[in-house]
Amino acid sequence: MIVAEGLQKSYTSGGRPLPVLQCIDVEVAQEAFVSIVGPSGSGKTTLLGLLAGLDQPTAGRVYLDGVDIFGLSEDGRAEFRSQNVGFVFQTFHLLPTLTAIENVLVPLELKGDYKGAYDQAEALLIRVGLGHRTGHYPAQLSGGEQQRVALARAFANKPKILFADEPTGNLDQATGEGIIEMLEELNQVSRTTLILVTHDMALAERAHRVIGLVGGRIASDRPGSVIR
Amino acid sequence: MREIGDSIQDRFRIRFAIRLALRESSYGFRRIGVFMGSIALGVAALVSVHSFRADIARSVQDEADVLMGGNARFSHDRPMPPPIAAVIDSLRETGAGLARVTTTMSMVSAPRSMEVRLLQVRALDKGYPFYGDVTTSPVNRWGAHLDPDRALVDPAILTQFGIQVGDTLVLGLSRLEIAGTVNGLPTDLAYQTAIGPRVHISQATLERSGLLANDGLARFEILLQLPDIEDRRGIRERYQDVLQVESVNYSLAEEQAERLSNGVRYLARFLGLVGLGALLLGGVGVASAINVYIREKRQAIAVLRCLGAGQATAFVAYLIQAAMLGLLGAMAGVAIGVLVQQQLPTLLGNIMPVVVTTRFSPTSALAGLGIGLWVSLIFALIPLLNIREIPPLAALRHDFEERNQRWDRAKLLAYGLLGLSIVGLCVIEAPNAEIGLGFALALALAGGLIVLVGSGLRLVARRYVPASSSYPVRQGVSNLFRPQNQTVSVMLALGLGAFLIGLITDVGGNIQGDLTRSFSTGRANMLLFDVQPDQVDGVSGLLPEATRQYLEATPLVSSRIVSINGRSVEDLLDEPTSDESPRRFALGREYRNTYRERLGVAEEVLAGEWWDDAQVPGDSGLQRTDGLAHVSLEEGIADALRVTLGDTITWDVSGIRIPSIVLSLRRVDWNQLEPNFYAIFEPGVLEQAPQTVVILAQVHNDAQRARVQRELIERYPNVSALDFSRVQEVIENVLVRVRQAVGFLGIFTVLAGAIVLIGSLATSRVQRMREGALLKTLGAKRAQVLTVLFAEYFALGLVATGSGLILALGTGTILVPWIFEITYSPQIGALSLIWLGVVGITVGVGFLGSIDLIQRPPLPVLRQTPE
Repeated sequence: MIVAEGLQKSYTSGGRPLPVLQCIDVEVAQEAFVSIVGPSGSGKTTLLGLLAGLDQPTAGRVYLDGVDIFGLSEDGRAEFRSQNVGFVFQTFHLLPTLTAIENVLVPLELKGDYKGAYDQAEALLIRVGLGHRTGHYPAQLSGGEQQRVALARAFANKPKILFADEPTGNLDQATGEGIIEMLEELNQVSRTTLILVTHDMALAERAHRVIGLVGGRIASDRPGSVIR
Repeated sequence: MREIGDSIQDRFRIRFAIRLALRESSYGFRRIGVFMGSIALGVAALVSVHSFRADIARSVQDEADVLMGGNARFSHDRPMPPPIAAVIDSLRETGAGLARVTTTMSMVSAPRSMEVRLLQVRALDKGYPFYGDVTTSPVNRWGAHLDPDRALVDPAILTQFGIQVGDTLVLGLSRLEIAGTVNGLPTDLAYQTAIGPRVHISQATLERSGLLANDGLARFEILLQLPDIEDRRGIRERYQDVLQVESVNYSLAEEQAERLSNGVRYLARFLGLVGLGALLLGGVGVASAINVYIREKRQAIAVLRCLGAGQATAFVAYLIQAAMLGLLGAMAGVAIGVLVQQQLPTLLGNIMPVVVTTRFSPTSALAGLGIGLWVSLIFALIPLLNIREIPPLAALRHDFEERNQRWDRAKLLAYGLLGLSIVGLCVIEAPNAEIGLGFALALALAGGLIVLVGSGLRLVARRYVPASSSYPVRQGVSNLFRPQNQTVSVMLALGLGAFLIGLITDVGGNIQGDLTRSFSTGRANMLLFDVQPDQVDGVSGLLPEATRQYLEATPLVSSRIVSINGRSVEDLLDEPTSDESPRRFALGREYRNTYRERLGVAEEVLAGEWWDDAQVPGDSGLQRTDGLAHVSLEEGIADALRVTLGDTITWDVSGIRIPSIVLSLRRVDWNQLEPNFYAIFEPGVLEQAPQTVVILAQVHNDAQRARVQRELIERYPNVSALDFSRVQEVIENVLVRVRQAVGFLGIFTVLAGAIVLIGSLATSRVQRMREGALLKTLGAKRAQVLTVLFAEYFALGLVATGSGLILALGTGTILVPWIFEITYSPQIGALSLIWLGVVGITVGVGFLGSIDLIQRPPLPVLRQTPE
């Protein structure tokens, strides 16, 4: 369960406050698949960052699984993320100096799960179809493969919530399609809450719920239109 | 308890940090490993110097007994006084080995070649030396000098006199057959024979020759063979009082060894500072490398933070990487240092007091490892702390609100630790704390000023590079401030490197200049003494005409002190000894005083006033009309006599009493080969007193010096001549060796600076490649791209090196008179060459690093290099 109350965020530009998000109140049920859409500069990524506790809001609160995350210290939030949250980024953000399997191991090791971690990471890579490329470095993988490694990494710590920021933005349509299908499948199997930020309406409509942002405010909040 | 454990585990996740560090290590090594070369060089320099110091200490102590020829020694400038003779007799009764060594100077002639020279004569007892082997030619001739009418000589005597073994030498009243040459005496230090080669005879021969009659130049020593260290220490404890009363020196072999190695140890400590300079330069390189590395890793760190890594975990992961690289660099440094260690004794060659054997020194290696690791970590710490500034949000977007740089306790602590570490290392490595602190202060000032100059350059380049200058030049200069260009750290590395090299050159040049002025070709190399005043013109006439203008004739008047402030010397000597009483040696000795109008070149007045022409009384009698002659005393002897300005001293000059008043105190640089004096009278007092004259002459031709000595013995047999050109050679040799050693270690500083430069240029290479490709895409020709590069590197080299060298000059201005107490003259020529050289290297290295940029077509470059 994600609850955001009176969430506001301003940046300083030229010495003046520049509001990016204003009065966001939103609740997301457990295991839901919600997409956040909007034009560039509408505040999508900022909202994602705040919901995940990656940045401090100017005002407002966020509760993840009942925990007031801004009531925690920065390290406390990091600890919370390692136990409960997964991420998928537009530019994959694999650690370039680690192999595919080492990247998947990162959340497990950060959580302190060393026992059986390697087998678990390998199983995840097999599940995303990369069992044969575990020892490859990110630079040796295609974009689609890199995003699949990122997916395996995101699900490694069995997160309660998964945040995905334009996960198909750097991929061609067919590859992107495959990634989304994989995300949906993992969401269902792992019973994870999935928050997806995208400006691809076709992709957004596959969610249970679509929240539209314009000018830093929620302009629409409706169910997704794809019938499953 | 469990909660606390969990909390620590959660906050630091050490295990994860170590795994991440290990997984990234090979990439990190490829990316910034080159900087560890600079740490390796610094550590190598330090390890070699530390090991060398250990080698000297060990070798000297191993050879202590051999260097002295015994375990302990009594020495005095007169025959041993009766109370000491009694001590020696009692020692003989206990079975201690005893051997007398009496050294004097005498004119020696060889009838066959008609050569005459002033030589050292050493009369020895059987048994000397108690330790070590003497090599002679023919072999096994040591001992022949104990025969009456026979002598052994140093090999140089045969060459100088043009004679052979079997020929005869005339020494005072004795005629001695040369039984052989002494090729190696274990007690000899290289510079000891410089005063002149020696004739070795027996004590009986010396007595028979009559050389000791009225000889103030002799030195009397008695060597003891007392292998038990407690026995020889016990002698000092038991006889301390009588030794002090009689002014007889008693020293142990280990103390002498310690003293003999002091000079080289002092030098080795200076070399340590040079090595430390290279290491600190490496530290600047590490800081610069880690700074770039962390910037590159910014996104990866943000991702780690997203995935749940705390600040401390990310920080520790990269701290471990810095430590691993530092340790690798230090290990390589230790290996290189051990190799270099073998070279230092060779470089310093025959200025070493003993043959230095090199041995692996685990302490030095461990110290090098520790210092290298510490310097790497302490310099890496400040950029590593910036990891805390990287928010997880950076993984999502680049345009988030940047936090201001935090000046929190951790950063202040890191800067404090860095400062303390530098000061601590400088103090440890320097010859003394004062020099260490001075060096640290100079480095801090230099570093600070170079950073300021770097910032100033940024302003000047932005505001004042004329708009009319060509586009490539403007582009090149503005490139200096491209993000991640590391301009400040490259400036710091180049500037500090130039500063250190410049300082070594400037200070070295001044020291050498001073020594050259003191000892070398511009100065006298013959001392003629016992010249009677009416012989001065005649003796001068024997010298080559061209050299006569450089003659210095100084009168010597033998005197003794009769009373001080009205109290007779006898009364003063009878008083119980206390800290306030005048020193006995100073009261009882014979003084050779002089009189002159002006201060000598090696003198300065510390207190009181020097007389000038106006004060010189017109009469030429033995005393001033007010009854008190004015005298100037050297500070040390004034202290020994416990007198100061205004005190009166009455002198006995050939039976005539001359009361005097102390008008001034002087500091004398005894290291200069000038005739210097404890007491100088004003003119008009001593002119009529019996006196001899010392003449300093400058005769550079060997043959001419030999001729002068021959003619002197023929025409003025009372005049003795001392040829100290050999002393000059030895000193020049010392200078050359020291310069070689300092220069050798200076190379480490240059190389460390070059590595930092290469590494810094490499870190911004990708960006430069992309810019160059873009320029080419937009139509820039190769020559224009090259001009951009040239302008960038030239401006960088010019300003960084220039500021470092100007600071070196500034530091030299303070350091040279303060530490070395010599007049400063800037080494502009040498520093200008360094300036040109370093600018050339900067431009050259920059070009070499950019060859790809010139050669490759733009498209592949743009494809391969990320924005």
